[in-house]
Amino acid sequence: MINSLFLINPSGEIFLEKHWKSVVSRSVCDYFLEAKEKALEPEDVPPVIHTPHHYLISIYRDKLFFLSVIQTEVPPLFVIEFLHRVAEMIQDYFGECSETVVKDHMVMVYELLEEMLDNGFPLATESNVLKEMIRPPTILRSVVNTLTGTSNVGDTLLTGQLSTIPWRRAGVRYTNNEAYFDVVEEIDAILDQSGTTVFAEIQGVVEACVKLSGMPDLTLSFMNPRLLDDVSFHPCVRYKLWESERVLSFIPPDGNFTLMTYHVNAQNLVAIPVYVKQSISFFECGSDGRLDVTVGPKQTMGKTVEGVMVTVHLPKTILSINLTATQGSYTYDNGTKVTTLWDIGKLNPQKLPNLRGSLSLQAGAPKPEENPSLNIDLKIQQLAISGLKVNRLDMFGEKYKPFKGVKYITKAGKFQVRT
Amino acid sequence: SVFLLILSNVSSNYLLFSHDLVGSNCAAVLGLCGLLNSSTCSDLFLLSTRNDDLKEMLESNKDSLKLDAMKRIIALIAKGKNASELFPAVVKNVASKNIELKKLVYVYLVRYAEEQQDLALLSISTFQRALKDPNQLIRASALRVLSSIRVPIIVPIMMLAIKEAASDMSPYVRKTSAHAIQKLYSLDPDQKEHLIEVIDKLLKDKSTLVAGSVVMAFEEVCPDRIDLIHKNYRKLCNLLVDVEEWGQVVIITMLTRYARTQFTSPWKEDGLFDENSETAFYESDEKKTKNGDEKKSYMMDPDHRLLLRNTKPLLQSRNTAVVVSVAQLYWHLAPKHEVGVITKSLVRLLRSHREVQYVVLQNIATMSIQRKGMFEPYMKSFYVRSTDATHIKSLKLEILTSLANEANISTILREFQTYVKSQDKQFAAGTIQAIGRCATNISEVTDTCLQGLVLLLSNRDETVVAESVVVIKKLLQTQPTQHSDIIKHMAKLFDNIAVPMARASILWLMGEYCERVPQIAPDVLRKMAKSFTSEEDIVKLQTVNLAAKLYLTNSKQTKLLTQYILNLGKYDQNYDIRDRTRFIRQLIVPNEKSGALGKYARRILLAPKPAPVLESTYKDRDRYQLGTLSHTINTKASGYLELSDWPAVAPDQSVRNVEVIEPTGKSKLSKSSDDKFYSDSGEEKEKGSGSSSSDDSSSSSSSSSEESSSEAESDEEKSSSQSSEESDKSSSLSEKSSSESDSEQKKTTKKPPQKKTVKPTTKDSACPLVCGPGERLHGFVSKQVPVSLSLYSLCILTPCPLSCAAALLQVSGPAFVPEKRHDLLHRMTGKGLSAQYQFPRQPCLYQPTMVSVQISLTNTTDHPLEQIHIGDRGPTGLDMHCFNTVECLLPEASVTVSLGVDFNDSTQAANFQLCTKEDQFSVSIQPAVGELFLPATMTEQDFRKEQGKLLGMNESSATITMAAENTTRQPISRQVATVANLGVVPSGQDNIHRFAGKTASSGAVVLVTVELRESSAALITINTEKSVMGPMLLRDLKRALARA
Repeated sequence: MINSLFLINPSGEIFLEKHWKSVVSRSVCDYFLEAKEKALEPEDVPPVIHTPHHYLISIYRDKLFFLSVIQTEVPPLFVIEFLHRVAEMIQDYFGECSETVVKDHMVMVYELLEEMLDNGFPLATESNVLKEMIRPPTILRSVVNTLTGTSNVGDTLLTGQLSTIPWRRAGVRYTNNEAYFDVVEEIDAILDQSGTTVFAEIQGVVEACVKLSGMPDLTLSFMNPRLLDDVSFHPCVRYKLWESERVLSFIPPDGNFTLMTYHVNAQNLVAIPVYVKQSISFFECGSDGRLDVTVGPKQTMGKTVEGVMVTVHLPKTILSINLTATQGSYTYDNGTKVTTLWDIGKLNPQKLPNLRGSLSLQAGAPKPEENPSLNIDLKIQQLAISGLKVNRLDMFGEKYKPFKGVKYITKAGKFQVRT
Repeated sequence: SVFLLILSNVSSNYLLFSHDLVGSNCAAVLGLCGLLNSSTCSDLFLLSTRNDDLKEMLESNKDSLKLDAMKRIIALIAKGKNASELFPAVVKNVASKNIELKKLVYVYLVRYAEEQQDLALLSISTFQRALKDPNQLIRASALRVLSSIRVPIIVPIMMLAIKEAASDMSPYVRKTSAHAIQKLYSLDPDQKEHLIEVIDKLLKDKSTLVAGSVVMAFEEVCPDRIDLIHKNYRKLCNLLVDVEEWGQVVIITMLTRYARTQFTSPWKEDGLFDENSETAFYESDEKKTKNGDEKKSYMMDPDHRLLLRNTKPLLQSRNTAVVVSVAQLYWHLAPKHEVGVITKSLVRLLRSHREVQYVVLQNIATMSIQRKGMFEPYMKSFYVRSTDATHIKSLKLEILTSLANEANISTILREFQTYVKSQDKQFAAGTIQAIGRCATNISEVTDTCLQGLVLLLSNRDETVVAESVVVIKKLLQTQPTQHSDIIKHMAKLFDNIAVPMARASILWLMGEYCERVPQIAPDVLRKMAKSFTSEEDIVKLQTVNLAAKLYLTNSKQTKLLTQYILNLGKYDQNYDIRDRTRFIRQLIVPNEKSGALGKYARRILLAPKPAPVLESTYKDRDRYQLGTLSHTINTKASGYLELSDWPAVAPDQSVRNVEVIEPTGKSKLSKSSDDKFYSDSGEEKEKGSGSSSSDDSSSSSSSSSEESSSEAESDEEKSSSQSSEESDKSSSLSEKSSSESDSEQKKTTKKPPQKKTVKPTTKDSACPLVCGPGERLHGFVSKQVPVSLSLYSLCILTPCPLSCAAALLQVSGPAFVPEKRHDLLHRMTGKGLSAQYQFPRQPCLYQPTMVSVQISLTNTTDHPLEQIHIGDRGPTGLDMHCFNTVECLLPEASVTVSLGVDFNDSTQAANFQLCTKEDQFSVSIQPAVGELFLPATMTEQDFRKEQGKLLGMNESSATITMAAENTTRQPISRQVATVANLGVVPSGQDNIHRFAGKTASSGAVVLVTVELRESSAALITINTEKSVMGPMLLRDLKRALARA
């Protein structure tokens, strides 16, 4: 299965390598680096590369390349999924996944990788099990460690891996027992020039933060489970009960986890919370253009739209821009991609934010063919745009009374306005 | 030795190292040193001075110093630096007491053992000792490291360790041994035969922990030994849901291959469900009549169905690899009309990471070529965003093109119009090709597309123009008759087009259709003659072609021009062009030397040429199994295992039958075939879980044959005799659970003598005592009082108002709720409405004398069913509380309703009619006697007192031989609770177990005593005034307790 893993930074430097079978020379990465050179953006590097003796499967995430070396047939998604788990594990342990973090915790990352695979086949990928074997660093613990000489490696014998509920460790204790659920919905949409919806759908995810003692058995039910068209679950959810009764019944992992993701029935019309009026034009003669963008609330169910941001990917031939925003501020980046980021903040229905001004093109450059598309980012608190509502949460198996909370957020996913 | 001393000063590290290697053999040391030239010597020197402090730290007495040193060494390894020279110093610490230090040493050892084989051997004894450790985790990690040391000498030791670990008590150690098999195999392939033995043994393992790893080993070592799978096939299918996700992927891939060798194709028959509907329908009809029965009699092997059914829930997995592996399984194994279930899940994955999208889109691209209909409803999910990566964009484009048909083409073309304007010119060019493909595939839009492409010719970007020209050329070729104006237009644009490929294409078009544009073609040739020398090679070649063709059709105007061009070509730098020129000249210009070919010049040059077929690059990808690496890279990857074609005749299916134990106490029951059907399944079930809930099924069916109306029986018969498909579905989850509990209780199970082979069909009525890891807990949840005030808890706490004898009886919650479901209405009988019922063992909300029954209704049709309600109750006149009318049940939707039935304390079936708006179906609910009770709690004294009142006629008893494992409290309580809804009475004596309850309807007390005697004999006594129920309950209990 997975032979080796290399971590590579955007400039092409290999800063960590781990081999699970015989050592593969790092020169194998040259094929990858070559492909990386060819690609305009790091995202464009093909995920699967075929070299004479090896197959290279890589992911690009958090500005790092995770490159694995494969020698024989294996489902590519198997490897890709695993690489993402590695990234998630690093994120989970150290708070973020970046080159500096990995370099700072080189030994621990290496040990974790050792535990995650055996002979290239996944052994322990549940963060709960890993955390029992190798404890994540905390400031307090590092102080204690230096004073007492104890270590981060678990010396108690772990049980998680052996139980039938590998995602939860035994003997969890909290003084405050609490369970929080965030229902986060993202609107994916493509709007065309006139503001008509070309495509829109709602994807949701229920993120949970459960800190309960013992072995709680939770049941979460929705007011309107009919809305959910397609779902995928954390392994802890009992699929059968969902099939028969449309409730989520599970023994939760300890801490943060994604309980389920769902897709909202496509027949339901998707409410688009904002509208965008824009005109971007380039004059036929002369090297000039105008940009005028206005954002306003549309179907917001009476809630305030916050965190509105508009990203405009301008043509590469733009030399400079001169814009004024009535609200918020804009930044302009003239690097490999020419982008303008307009950070609006809260939408005020009485006074609509507007960004306008002139664009100047490089002298002699032809008038751009396509107008740039706008990417919208927004957030609405206390609203699940699909109307999904959690009905109740019941706990069995433990005697105490937990504190329960549900939060709803709607965000823009891949929300694009064509111009 | 003086020399040695000097050397040791220079490079103490190196010396120590070689010292260990060759002992005190001076000559060898000298020889080695001699080999080193000065530069490597100094390298070594540098390294060793740098690492000297590390070595010192490792040799110190303090663990903390050693630990620091090890951490620095591991960091070196992680960075890819060489730390092998520290091997001797590190390996000394292998037996350290400090766990963290030890772990790091292991990590180091695994990395360098291969390079330092002799030194590595020093550590082996430590691991051998650890292999005997009482702690399973230490045993496992010792085996893990031992097998990771790639030193050939220790192969025999590894082999021995693997064999031992394969029969270890702990499943975790067995899992490790499965991993070790692969490592040993790659180290020494000669061990194959021995390893296969171990694999065979581990395949029989019932632990979910082992399953994935051993199948992985199977795939690496002996993927062709399909015979090893037969006996384990059903077990693997049933365990699948509970295996960890990575193992699931491996098992599913293996089972796909297995199924293709063992089952016959499910595809022949459902030609009528196929895409290209009508014609196929009639054809297959005709064929059918010709081939006679053979085709019509296709019945899916129940094992085949089992696999499909048990993998389906995994489509909801969060692991994308699992989802795709199930998708490919359905694609390769399921009947065509069932493949649709994978669509939604695949589309869902498009929200995932970019790399996942890439692989999933590739698979969809291959699928969408064969089956457009699958993804057409989700067409919009494949719309391209400007932020997508290039390879994602082109894949989406590919899929959109494949999905295009007459109905949606206008939408797709409108979308394509946006893409053509994209700033990513590569992508824009791809879109133009896609438009070309749509235009050829769908003749209605060919003209529109052509017009659109012609407009693009005036685009400012030359890649776009070039691509348009090339595509137009191909399109015109397919229908050259009426497009001379387009050719003219292109000739006009010719001067402005600079891309060689586009220029060449236009020239070719001119030549090919020169007779349609007689005015223009010579003029173009004239222009070309002017610029010939500065053109690209490909353009020059086409110019020569054009000249030749014109010369043949219009020699009057072009003779001189042609000769001029041929002369230019004759002296061109490129030999290809010189060559072509020479050839053309000989072919077209008649002279004495020209041979016979000259006559045919016209036919050679102006032959009608077949139109190019514009088709997808994914067209032939389906030769590879979907989801594989080979499919992604479109070449056969090493180690790729071919998916075989379906066999024409299925191999013997009995090879998958497993020997199953049958209890001694059986036999009397099976009277009718119907009976047998159910009781079989009961036993199958029993084998593992020791469940007695399954006894419900056997008792219910047996009692139905004795007492119930014929209607009920025929109904049951119907449902069972119909294709097992549907009923299978109902119990899919329960099966998984039964096997799960298999593994759990393996150790406690002893096998009674009688054996019997069980067919998989009988699993229909298997019922869950225990479910997957999660479900199991849920089963017992109801014992505990829920924290939040649920409706149930309210009822449980309400004391039962009636019954005299039960005055002192406190009704308690059920000790156990069997999840067994019974078929109420089969979907075939119910015209698409299917219903199943189960006993939730909760006090009835509507009336305390009723038994509550939960019915789940499922609509399997494609239209909503309206007004589902209960109609006429029939003559038996049992009192029932109906559920509220279900106004509308959408397709594929299920709803669970509850019902209260007063059975009057008899096992008489409740017959009634289940009605929809249009139809009425007669159904019946047949309770097992154990379901007619409510559990009660009482003290031992009260129990005795009650028992004293119920002697003589009210007492029925029997002596039985208990199954060996049923001799302790827990199994007995479990068995009894599964058979009957009774509560446990605390007992002072260890050998007497008491259970109490009351009948639901009249509230009569029911007391059960199980008294253990010597040599596993036991006396079961039942005291109740219900003289019919007593013996019936006794019979059920006897059966449950007498066997495994």
